[in-house]
Amino acid sequence: MLDKVIFYFFAEIAVGSAALMVTRRNAVHSAIFLIATLLATAGIFLQLRAEFLFIVQIILYVGGIMVLFIFVIMLVNLDVALHQIKFARQKWVALIVTLALTAQIGLLFWTTGKMPGQGFPILTAAPVDRLPPNAEAVAKSLFSSYLLPFEIASVLLLVAMIGAVVMAKKKT
Amino acid sequence: MQAAAQATLDFLKLYWAPLLCGVVIVAVLPLIVGYIVLVERKLMADMQARLGPMRVGPHGLLQPIADAVKLLIKEDIIPDDADKLVFWLAPVFSVGAALLAIAGLAFGPAFQIAQDLNIGLLFVVGISALGIFGIVLGGWASNSHYSLMGALRSSAQLVSYETAAGMALVCGLLFAGTLNIKSIVAAQVTQGVWFGFLAPVAFFTYLVASIAETNRAPFDLPEAESELVAGYMTEFSGFRWSLYFLAEYVNMIVVASVATTLFLGGWLRPFANVRWLNFLDLLPPLLMIGVAGYCVLRMPKQPTRVQQMFMLAVAGLCLVVALVLAAPVLLPFVKPSLKEAVAPFYAGIHGGFWFIFKVSAYIYFFMWLRFTIPRYRFDQLMRLGWHFLIPLSIINVLVVGVALIVGSYFNLQGWALLLATTPAAIVALVAALVILSLDQKNQAQQESARATDFYAG
Repeated sequence: MLDKVIFYFFAEIAVGSAALMVTRRNAVHSAIFLIATLLATAGIFLQLRAEFLFIVQIILYVGGIMVLFIFVIMLVNLDVALHQIKFARQKWVALIVTLALTAQIGLLFWTTGKMPGQGFPILTAAPVDRLPPNAEAVAKSLFSSYLLPFEIASVLLLVAMIGAVVMAKKKT
Repeated sequence: MQAAAQATLDFLKLYWAPLLCGVVIVAVLPLIVGYIVLVERKLMADMQARLGPMRVGPHGLLQPIADAVKLLIKEDIIPDDADKLVFWLAPVFSVGAALLAIAGLAFGPAFQIAQDLNIGLLFVVGISALGIFGIVLGGWASNSHYSLMGALRSSAQLVSYETAAGMALVCGLLFAGTLNIKSIVAAQVTQGVWFGFLAPVAFFTYLVASIAETNRAPFDLPEAESELVAGYMTEFSGFRWSLYFLAEYVNMIVVASVATTLFLGGWLRPFANVRWLNFLDLLPPLLMIGVAGYCVLRMPKQPTRVQQMFMLAVAGLCLVVALVLAAPVLLPFVKPSLKEAVAPFYAGIHGGFWFIFKVSAYIYFFMWLRFTIPRYRFDQLMRLGWHFLIPLSIINVLVVGVALIVGSYFNLQGWALLLATTPAAIVALVAALVILSLDQKNQAQQESARATDFYAG
C-alpha cells in the first residue's frame, strides 16, 4: 500500500512536470521542470530499492548534465529563442512516432499476462526491511561479466573528452 | 480515504523515529548555525584586535537570536524585473539540498536519520551538490548583471572543484572498501589508524576543495564584494537572504562531517582500540569541568549582576554535561556488573562528543583560513583547481591503489601500512609539483606574449 502511494506520487510528478517541460515558453522554466522529472524518476528508483541507481541518477543527470544545460541556457540570448516558432513542421512526424510508441508499449502490456516468456519479465520484489547491497552488486557485474562493454564505454567517453578539449583549444 | 489513512498510519509506524529526528534537526540547525556565526564574528574580532558583538546578552551571547528576529521581520523585496517563481524557488532549493544531505550523515553510532544507508557517503555528496541549482537559478532570476556573474562564477567553481573532491573521497574509500558510513568508521577501528594518516594527500585535496565548494574565503569569489556587490545574493534580502546564509553554513557542517567520517575517524576517540590509553575517556568530562572552572574564575570580572549570573549558569551547564560524559566511564568502576548496561550509552554519548568536537575543529580551521589568507583572483582559482588539484588527486588515486596492492602483498596492517602509503604520498606530491612548474613556465611564456583577460572563466 505504502509502496503504491509513493510510486503514484513520484509517477505523477514525473509525468506532469515532463508535460510542463515541453509546453513552457521560457527555457529556464523548462529546465527546472526537467530537473523535477529527473528527481521524481530517481524517487521511483528508490521506491524500487535500487538506491545506487537513485543516487547515480541524481549525481549524473541532475547534478552534472542539468547544471551544464542551465549554464548554456543562461548564456544564450533567450529573447531570440522566444520569438521563434516552436513546433515547426514536426507535428505529423511527432504524431506518427507517438502513435507507434504507444502501440508498442500497449502490445507489451497486452502480452505480459497472456503468453509466458513474452512481454515484461515479472521479477520478484526486493525485501522491504533489508535493502540489497546495491553498490557492490553493480560493481561486481560491471567488473566481471560486463568488463569489455564497460571498458569500451570508458574509452568512448575519454575520446569525447579529449575531443572537447582539442576543439576548445583551437579557438584561442 | 480509508486506504490513505491506513497508509499514513503504516508510514508513521515504520518511520516515526527518522521523522522525529528530521524535525528536530530542521528546528535546531538554524540555532546552531546562528551560534557558528557568532563564534566566527568573535574569532574575527579577536584576530583584528576588537571585541566583536558585546551588546545583546553577556559577551553578545544572544546576538544570533536578535539577528534572526531582525531578518524575519525585514521587508521582503522582490525586484520588478525578477522571475518571481524562480526567485522564490532558488533559496528553497539551496536550503533543501543542504538539509537533505544531513539525513545521510551519522553523528555518532546512534544518531543517523537514514539508518544503514548502503550508498551513505555517495548520498551525502550527491545531494549536497544539488545546492548549486539554488545559486545558479537565484543569480539568473534576479535579472541583474552582478547576480548573473556571481552565479556563473559559482557554478564554474563548484563544477571544477567537485572533481578534485570526488577523487579525494575515492582515495579514502579505497581504504574503507565500502560506502556505508558506519562501515567506514568500523573499517578505521579494524585498521587502528585514521585514513587521514594513510591518505594525507587526499585529505589535503579534500580540505582545499571543500573550502572552494562551500564558497568560503579565500575562495569566496561568487560573492566577492569588492567586484560583484554580493554575487548571486545581491538582490535577495531579509528572509530569503538568510536562507542562502543558512544553506552555506549547513553545507559547511556537511563537508566537515564527511571529512571527519572518512579521514578523521568519525566518532572514534584517538587510539580507539589501544587498551592502556583508555584513560583518554576521561578527557571530555575533564575538558567540560575545565571550561566550567574558567567561567567561575571569570565571574567576578563581569560588570553587571545579570552577566555574573549568566556566567554561573554557563558553568552549571558545563558541569551537567561533564557529569553526563563521566557517568558511563566511571560507573563500571563503581559497580562492575553495570558494564554491559552502560556500554550503549558510552558509545552514543562519547561518540557524539568526539564527532562534534572534530567537526567543530574542522570548521574552526575554515574560519582561521578566512581571516588569514586574502582572496584569490578568479583565473588563479581556476588554475589552482584544474592545473594543480585535479592532476594531484588523479595521480594520488593511482599511486594509493598501487600502495594498497603492495601493502596487501607484504601483509601490512594498521600503522605498518604507513610504510607503503607515505612513499605513495610523496610520489603523488612530486608529480603534481612537476606538473605545476611546467604549467607555470608555459603560463609565463603565454603571458609575455599577450595581455591576459582577468575575468575569463
